[in-house]
Amino acid sequence: MTHPGITATTGSHPPRKDAASRHGRARSRTGALFVTPYVLFLLVVFAVPLVYTLWISVHRFYFTAPGTHADSPWVGLSNYKDVFTDPVVGRAFLNIAVFLVINVPLTVVLALVLASVLNAKIRFRAFFRAAYYLPYITASVALVAVWQFLFGADGFVNNLLGSHAPDPSWLVNSHLAMPMIAFFVTWKQLGFFVMLYLAALQNVGKELYEAASVDGAGRVRQFLSVTVPGVRPATTLVVIYAIITGANLFSEPYLLTGGGGPDHASTSPVLLMYQKGIEQGHPDFAAALGVVLVCFVLVISLAARKLTEKGN
Amino acid sequence: MLRRTAYALLVLALAGAATACGRPAPDPEDAENARGPVKVWLSNNAQEVAWGKNMIAAWNRSHPGQHATAQQIPAGKTSEEAISASIIAGTSACLVFNTAPASVPTFEKQNGLVPLSDFPDGDAYVQKRGGALTEQYKSQDGKFYQLPWKSNPVMILYNKKIFKKAGLDPEHPRLATYSQFLKTSRTLVHSGAAKAAIWPAPSSEFFQSWYDFYPAFAAESSGEQLIQHGKPQFDSPAGRRAAAFWRTLYAEKLAPQEAYPGDAVNDGKAAMATVGPWAVSAYKDSVDIGVAPVPTAAGKSPKDTYSFSDEKSAAMFSACHNRATAWDLLKFATSAQQDGKFLDATGQMPMREDLTARYPAFFAKKPLYKVFARQAEHVVEVPNVPGSVDIWQAFRDEWTKSVVFGDGSTDAALRRASDKISRLLDEYGDPS
Repeated sequence: MTHPGITATTGSHPPRKDAASRHGRARSRTGALFVTPYVLFLLVVFAVPLVYTLWISVHRFYFTAPGTHADSPWVGLSNYKDVFTDPVVGRAFLNIAVFLVINVPLTVVLALVLASVLNAKIRFRAFFRAAYYLPYITASVALVAVWQFLFGADGFVNNLLGSHAPDPSWLVNSHLAMPMIAFFVTWKQLGFFVMLYLAALQNVGKELYEAASVDGAGRVRQFLSVTVPGVRPATTLVVIYAIITGANLFSEPYLLTGGGGPDHASTSPVLLMYQKGIEQGHPDFAAALGVVLVCFVLVISLAARKLTEKGN
Repeated sequence: MLRRTAYALLVLALAGAATACGRPAPDPEDAENARGPVKVWLSNNAQEVAWGKNMIAAWNRSHPGQHATAQQIPAGKTSEEAISASIIAGTSACLVFNTAPASVPTFEKQNGLVPLSDFPDGDAYVQKRGGALTEQYKSQDGKFYQLPWKSNPVMILYNKKIFKKAGLDPEHPRLATYSQFLKTSRTLVHSGAAKAAIWPAPSSEFFQSWYDFYPAFAAESSGEQLIQHGKPQFDSPAGRRAAAFWRTLYAEKLAPQEAYPGDAVNDGKAAMATVGPWAVSAYKDSVDIGVAPVPTAAGKSPKDTYSFSDEKSAAMFSACHNRATAWDLLKFATSAQQDGKFLDATGQMPMREDLTARYPAFFAKKPLYKVFARQAEHVVEVPNVPGSVDIWQAFRDEWTKSVVFGDGSTDAALRRASDKISRLLDEYGDPS
């Protein structure tokens, strides 16, 4: 049967299919047009610098004035050897490991618990949601001032503790500096992760809770048996996102502990990249360190994904 | 069609990104004789900026067609970082009146500096103005890439009111020997007159040693540099005594282990500071100031006591298109007349010999500065060696660990720092 409004045409292809194909191509072109700016953005801002970083990391390289000549000889893996033999790099990765061990589980647990509470019908729910989100959207510089007021050598907490205050104080103590940064970042970013979990909780069916209730499950059992498995995809996202942002830690140690703290107690790999590449004029070392960091993040993100999706 | 457009856009974006990375450098031969507008960068010290604006106005009045403009160095964590970034971007000013000598080797390596020695009267002018102190500012190739412009010889500045509150004689402070300094510090802190006797930044930035260890080492060693004749000098009895002295200050909590977020002297938290003459005008409304030489183990007369110069140079940068004008402007800004105006406006010491005799009216009017002027004749500079920043960082890492936080012996820390710096000197000395 032919549609009354369409005149049959001759040719090797049926007319409807041909029109659909043309329509599909046109849609595809429009899509490509819309995607092009972002592809360009990715190429210019991400892909080109990444390739350039790889190139720098295998050459002896330093930045020079434009238009002037400087030799950049191929040095193979020499910069990587320097990275792997530098004790400060080892310390920086150890610091990040300490950070992630504290920050990631704490973020997941606190964010999920708070999201569950904020998802329930409680008084002043909107206020609490905004209150938890506020530190996330506040500039680190402003929050660092608050943290220093609390945990500085002469700060509020030490005044309360008196002779029980740690010596050296929190932010310059080589054992406490990194945990303090981990707690700071957890607190600062919690609002964002609470928001992710709140969105995920909307997809957990009410009937599951009702069924669990009928089966005699209490609130804790419901949380463990319904909420936790129900938001598992969000947990994967939260864990990977927390790992990526944690591994790229820069402004907190830079601002909170005066650029890495005593004896590099809070130096992070990205802070070290900045110090080596910008302050000390070794962009080749910094580039190699950056490549190592990318690999590190990839490996632990993949491992974390496997772990969180286990038993799905 | 769309595919071609997408490719064209991609090529354009990549080309744009590549060309945006840097501006073309001027041809050195053309630029050397070119005249025209020039840009000058000044530090962010208020008095220095005021002097700079007046100096530029005076230049512009007498040099139509060679207009100069002045502004503060763009913001950055340090001036050195901002200058380094501007070299890479090709946007640095013609002249920067705040170039740290420790960064000069790095700027040279970046092809960012114009050798002043290449001007026909370059060496002669630099040497005539700076006298005997100039030699230590020469680079390894024997050329001057910086004009040593002003020094801020580091001395012990103390708050007379706090000394009085602690029951100490503010007119005759006992600060000459290490034992006197420690005893005075204990009195200041234990009496509750101040939280800290002295509060230099205990943090790990490479340049912080210029305000604790280096003045102490210069004084104790009677004027040795950190590196001389290609070898580290600080792993010596003088260096070990200076390190032990500072370790005692930290261990007894006379100097805090955490950086003060503001100005500890200005806020009355610290009774003393190691600072240059810039502090006299900065503190004049808030602190009743006294000045003493840097202490030594056995005590030395002020005229035999060395310190760190905290010098800043003026340098010409390779992004400059009108270098003939810039060179004339540099000579104008560092002339005897402008140096006098600079001294008067800022209290900082122009790098000239015999300052007190050259500007007697100023020192008669402001006698406190005379002490700094005398100290300016007994100062040591950071060594002008490649890898300078790496070398200072290597030293600072060991210093904070052992001296500030008491981890391990200071003697061993100095030995490790010396070994590491020797290796760095070898690496930088052999670019192959």
